[in-house]
Amino acid sequence: MSTEATTTGIKNARERRVRTGGVELCVAELGDATQPTVLLVHGYPDSKEVWTEVAERLADRFHVVLYDVRGHGRSTAPQPLRGGFTLEKLTDDFLAVADAVSPDKPVHLVGHDWGSVQAWEFVTVKRTEGRIASFTSMSGPSLDHFGHWIKKRMTRPTPRKVGQLLGQGAKSWYVYMLHTPVLPELAWRGPLGKQWPKILQRMEKVPAGDYPTSSLRSDAAHGAWLYRDNVRARMRRPRTDAYAHAPVQLITPSGDIFLSERLYDELELWAPDLVRRSIPAKHWVPRTRPDQLAAWITDFVTTNEDGIPAKDSVATGKHADRFGGQLVLVTGAGSGIGRATAFAFAEAGARVVAVDRDAESAARTAEMSRLVGAPEAWGETVDVSDEQAMEKLAEKVAEEYGIVDVLVNNAGIGLSGSFLDTSPEDWKKVLDVNLWGVIHGCRLFGKQMAERGQGGHIVNTASAAAYQPSKALPAYSTSKAAVLMLSECLRAELAGQGIGVSAICPGFVNTNITATTHFAGVDAEEEKRRQKKTSRLYGLRNYPPEKVADAILRAVVRNQAVVPVTPEARSAHLISRFMPRALRAIARLEPPL
Amino acid sequence: MTSAVAGELSAELRGFREVQTLAYECAEAVAAQLKPGVTEREAARMQREWLRERGVRDWFHLPFAWFGDRTAFVNFRIPLQFFPTNRRLEPGMPFILDMAPVHKGYTADIGYSGCLGLNPVHDKLLADLEAHRELLLREVRERRTLREIYEDVDRLMVRQGYANRHRAYPFGVIAHKVDRVKERRRSPHVFGFGTQSLKGLASDAIHGHRDGWSPLWSPYKFSDHPPRPGLWAVEPHLGFRGTGAKFEEILVVTDSKDPEQSAFWLDDDLPHVRRWAEERAAA
Repeated sequence: MSTEATTTGIKNARERRVRTGGVELCVAELGDATQPTVLLVHGYPDSKEVWTEVAERLADRFHVVLYDVRGHGRSTAPQPLRGGFTLEKLTDDFLAVADAVSPDKPVHLVGHDWGSVQAWEFVTVKRTEGRIASFTSMSGPSLDHFGHWIKKRMTRPTPRKVGQLLGQGAKSWYVYMLHTPVLPELAWRGPLGKQWPKILQRMEKVPAGDYPTSSLRSDAAHGAWLYRDNVRARMRRPRTDAYAHAPVQLITPSGDIFLSERLYDELELWAPDLVRRSIPAKHWVPRTRPDQLAAWITDFVTTNEDGIPAKDSVATGKHADRFGGQLVLVTGAGSGIGRATAFAFAEAGARVVAVDRDAESAARTAEMSRLVGAPEAWGETVDVSDEQAMEKLAEKVAEEYGIVDVLVNNAGIGLSGSFLDTSPEDWKKVLDVNLWGVIHGCRLFGKQMAERGQGGHIVNTASAAAYQPSKALPAYSTSKAAVLMLSECLRAELAGQGIGVSAICPGFVNTNITATTHFAGVDAEEEKRRQKKTSRLYGLRNYPPEKVADAILRAVVRNQAVVPVTPEARSAHLISRFMPRALRAIARLEPPL
Repeated sequence: MTSAVAGELSAELRGFREVQTLAYECAEAVAAQLKPGVTEREAARMQREWLRERGVRDWFHLPFAWFGDRTAFVNFRIPLQFFPTNRRLEPGMPFILDMAPVHKGYTADIGYSGCLGLNPVHDKLLADLEAHRELLLREVRERRTLREIYEDVDRLMVRQGYANRHRAYPFGVIAHKVDRVKERRRSPHVFGFGTQSLKGLASDAIHGHRDGWSPLWSPYKFSDHPPRPGLWAVEPHLGFRGTGAKFEEILVVTDSKDPEQSAFWLDDDLPHVRRWAEERAAA
């Protein structure tokens, strides 16, 4: 074992070389060595530089260690190549590195792709027990678990199981290719190696830059032996004792074209202390979503260091795997749908910014959000129609809480009355809140999301009135129709940047919007009576805002474009497409007020 | 009973107060015995047996027990779902014990909320019930109509971020009248309700219908009248995402002109009131 100080492509990294089993591994270290050690293992075809972005984010809090797997980057390759890449040998390498960088304390493992495949081996074999404190896996299953997964489906091939087998079988095409002799090496050293950076950018949306490194061609050629040395052997005879002896955090990118999410269906059997996370991204998450990964790794490592069981550290609500730790901003969060949405995100473990023009109710929402599971929550008092106030809010949120992952533009007001009775002031008021509020939100926070370049989601609360014309709600419907179209256009614009946009069309929901709706063209007393009457009717309908909140979370998870919620909203949506004249007839009816 | 002498309670009110105290003692005794694994049925039986041993023979309604998200009546569609089930208590779970014993002809109807171990959401709900107790008394003294008071309670709940769960009770009542019950040798009950008490309620309903009032305090038109002198068992019930909390106790309404005497809580020495006082003292 020898140590020498040189520099790699990673900023401020201390480099050393560790000799083990006939190869020399290039190991880089960042951060304070007295802090807990986080060891990052790269995949195929990669070198440790795939982790640059994540490592830099982790370096303030942890002792971060990366190494080039044998035959990759600046580590040397075994001679001969055949038989030099078995999981046993890779485990030797891991132990050598761990002993060199953290001789006394177990390390926190993080693996991506083949790095995760290896790390599953490390975390499930006896001889590493006590050397691993936790393991965060992304996009790389244990070959043994994979083998059992296939066997289980082959022995009882129900239609669903056959479907799962065929699905993953199709996604594994590259594994078969890599088993052919010589050809993969030729391809990588030739045209494929040349085109690879472009392919990554185009297909995987990996941002351009100093990645992949110049060693790509030899990494890819050597790495083919990772597959040839291990896959067939483990598929034929998967180990039956591959139980994890450390807590595991599984991060599943939902858009991974190489691995099916179904692979991890019964993972709890193998890893009893398992935390699941899911992220809307493609395969190369260390390059495309470094912020989110760094946050989840930090959380997992810290709770583990504090001795808290992994399972107790995560929220229990629906979609907690997706929203845990994310920053969610909800406007109009002081009541109704906005408040219910804030609570639903809070239950899923998100950090919540509750924005409302009423300070007291915004603060109340934040307080209750913390009680139901939000690790942090803040109330902000802003009128969404006030451009300057919104700009200030956007600055403050970015500075103090971070970049918003999910934005819910929900604030809205009601306005009823015939078109001829609606004054220009009424129009201005309803458009200012319902449309301009959404525009400001999308403009300011959407821009921050796009600039960060790590995805996100915008939800705009439109209304069933956006496609159901009505003579009682001309101004309100107009504003909501604008929101619907704005959402659709924005969705098209931001799709390329991994930012989803959804429009929610709730329908008749029992909230206090009815009690604050302005009725144009009637005196105060009549307005009061109508507010009461509408509230009563909506109360009789009694569709709870909590169900709309559930629909909003579902819309974000599934990235749905337009989501009508109540049955009447859904049927009106259907009719608007196939029988628009029926809706026009309904529009002429006098509302029962 | 409709007039109370300042400073001391009439003998009759004392009778009601004694049975209410007894019922709360029962709730505290049973709550102290609840541990993980106890079912709702067992908790209901414990209440019944505890009160039987102390001379209760008749009921306004048999004891109920709700655990976990059943405290917020999640997915309750039919009244049969109120009856105790085999749901088991787990650490951190909220629970509600609700009983209405008749003792020596006096009726009590109480609700006791608690939780097994720590549950910050439940604590918050319980603390926020205090504002409802104050609001109810204030507005009854102002002689607002019952329907208006109901709506104001509703609004306060919405402001607090909670759902109104007393809406799930039969007729959506937040309160109902209770009265003396004749002691009989046999005390049958149907669907959990004592026949004697039901008879009293029905006769009130018939008389009230003639005079424009109702023994049920609901959000509907038949409650559009000022508070009627008598004893009202008031039970505001808050729900918040699978956690529910309520209290239930007797509010005395009289025909006195003095606002202080026109309405008052039968007893201020109750577990939830003591709890609020302790919290204030600690803060």
